[in-house]
Amino acid sequence: MALRMDYEGSNDVGVFCTLTNKYCLVGIGNTQNFYSQVEAELADTIPVVHTSIAATRIVGRITVGNRHGLLVPSATTDQELQHLRNSLPDEVRVRRVDERLSALGNVIVCNDHVALVHAEISQETEECISDVLKAEVFRVSLGQNSLVGSYCALSSNGALVAARTPPETQRELAALLQVPVVAGTINRGSELIGAGLCVNDWTAFCGLNTTSTELSVVESIFKLGDHVPTAIGSQLRDTLIESMM
Amino acid sequence: MQPMKMEPSVARVACCECGIAIEPNGANMCAACLRSRIDITEGISRTCIIYLCKFCDRYFVPPSAWVRAEPESKELLSICLKKLKPSLAKVRLTDASFVWTEAHSKRLKVKLTVQKEVFSNVVLQQSLVIEFTVHNQMCDDCRRAEAKDFWRACVQVRQKAEFKKTLFYLEQLLLKHKAHKDCTGVKPVPTGIDFYFPKLQDARKFVDFLVTVLPCKYQYAQELVSHDTKNNTYDYKHTFCVDIVPICRDNVVCLPKKVAQALGNMSQIVVCQRVSNVISLIDPNNLQLADIQGCNFWRDPFETLCGPKQLTEFYVMDVELVQNFQRNAGHGLISKKHELADVWLQRSDQVGAADAEQFSTRTHLGHLLNPGDLVLGFDVKNCNVNNRIFDDMKADNIPDVVIVKKVYDRSRRAAKRQWKLKRLVVGGNIAGNETDSVADEFQRFIEDVEEDPVMREHINIYKDSEKVVGDAKTEEQDMEDGEGEVPGAPTVEEMLDDLHFDSDSDEGAESNDGTKQDDAMEE
Repeated sequence: MALRMDYEGSNDVGVFCTLTNKYCLVGIGNTQNFYSQVEAELADTIPVVHTSIAATRIVGRITVGNRHGLLVPSATTDQELQHLRNSLPDEVRVRRVDERLSALGNVIVCNDHVALVHAEISQETEECISDVLKAEVFRVSLGQNSLVGSYCALSSNGALVAARTPPETQRELAALLQVPVVAGTINRGSELIGAGLCVNDWTAFCGLNTTSTELSVVESIFKLGDHVPTAIGSQLRDTLIESMM
Repeated sequence: MQPMKMEPSVARVACCECGIAIEPNGANMCAACLRSRIDITEGISRTCIIYLCKFCDRYFVPPSAWVRAEPESKELLSICLKKLKPSLAKVRLTDASFVWTEAHSKRLKVKLTVQKEVFSNVVLQQSLVIEFTVHNQMCDDCRRAEAKDFWRACVQVRQKAEFKKTLFYLEQLLLKHKAHKDCTGVKPVPTGIDFYFPKLQDARKFVDFLVTVLPCKYQYAQELVSHDTKNNTYDYKHTFCVDIVPICRDNVVCLPKKVAQALGNMSQIVVCQRVSNVISLIDPNNLQLADIQGCNFWRDPFETLCGPKQLTEFYVMDVELVQNFQRNAGHGLISKKHELADVWLQRSDQVGAADAEQFSTRTHLGHLLNPGDLVLGFDVKNCNVNNRIFDDMKADNIPDVVIVKKVYDRSRRAAKRQWKLKRLVVGGNIAGNETDSVADEFQRFIEDVEEDPVMREHINIYKDSEKVVGDAKTEEQDMEDGEGEVPGAPTVEEMLDDLHFDSDSDEGAESNDGTKQDDAMEE
């Protein structure tokens, strides 16, 4: 089930929230509105952690994680790190990464098995990803966009990439990820998929501006809810099938 | 909207609004959704006001022009678009046309097609109809005409002379040079002519023209019509009073002694040959010529002793050409066209009478005169002259008679004349009212033109189409008759073709474009 919501008037919910299959991080803001909505949706299954990272609320952009672990930037304070360790389930490992490209959410996108990373991240970070997140690492770029975390959303069921990503790159990604890849938009035509959308295997949050068409694309590619093939699904079937092969 | 083709391998995405598969663009939206969401004609007002002067049917073009335009014409469209220009700055206008409206509805409808780039590579095109309301407003010219406020500047041309040949000459000069083209009114008054102009500049130009073609002086005056102290603006009516020298052609003048000496020891009593931009004088006693500039005249003014009306007709009894005339040292320019002669005269009304008085005088018209001719001359001896300079002259220096011109048969000349002059005022005379005497004066002016080729050079002469036909025959007859002696009339080369609007107008317009405006003015 994909939900539309906003974070203090901003449509870019992916900026303020990190969503995985085992936990969810939400940035500490002025209001509790977004947190309450997320909590209402997820609290009975996974812990929703209200936190700041490096004294900022843009947790979605500077952290990256999956069910195995969580990577936070080096600027994260000890107190924050302690709070995360206390709140997260024991099997989730938390690691501080000393990476020059410190907005980890922008340069890394991962599901429980694979991670796509920016071509220029350091070797240590790559090792951390395979070690902590237990994911296979691929250095890629999405057409002109090298910030894979910003222009791509990924779950175990599928991947949504920015609209301008060339079909060759989409096919290549599908082969790497072993999930269907589709090009699309979020927040009424915005290409910043990672910023407008956070997704795990059974739910997704997107910005309030997202149109129903976009929502149905999201639901169909990430196989959320009881999905029936829609007109959009059938129209884009060629791409889907092609990418699955 | 035309999504631009970028490269062949572009994935199609669902339009974010309706889900149609499209190639990605700036908005990631299909054309229809874009159009429904974005209105590029925003900020273009759908109604506008345009002003029309119903008196002269002209449209107002800001800031101050009034332009005539046919309904649904290119000109009108450009006026309408000019009105919209500020609001069209943000879009690109690709098409504009009129939508038909009923003429009395006072509405104009213009259909515009505009384009605008909404995102990079996304250009939207849209059509809209603008309604113009035509409001009536009187233009400045019509308002002036309605308020009988035609002129801002007036040029009063005056000549203090009895017989205004110079004004007739001026009329012909104006027609030739079209100096009156800015003039809104011409009004003959008893002592001259008034010219009215809408602008001070036009009047100044006209006065400058007058000063170059005639010896004259002028004075300037202005009358305050209204003023606004808050804006510090003053509205004046300007008047130029142009005074033309009171000497006319064929006048006998008496020069002051100093002037006569300065001109190379001329006689004091001389005849005025013509007035062009200078006063040309000739001394009948020794053929000396002198040109007096306007400024020199006003420095030492002199008066005319006698005008054409006081001339007496004489009968020439005998003519004796003067051979080997001895001149004093220091004489001025001598005329080569004239010949000096001693002439014996009798008054024409006394010819044959027993007690007829016989006069003897010296004249410059020796080349024209034969015994038996009639001449017009100034009878100095029997005349009561009221002139101080003349009174101071020694009696020895005063001739009995000053011969001014030879007399020809006027009716015969008029019948033979194959040319005509144009007039500035239709059916009226430029100097004074159109009375018989004024008409006669104009006839005399025409005769002067006939006798003076120098004057003909300065003015336009037109063929008289009614009289040109069959001229050869009459000329032959004249030769046979031998009595109809007339001075050298203008040759056909000197004449211009007149312009006729009713017949062969194209040909006429091409052959003589210059006269067109005169005709228009007259009609």
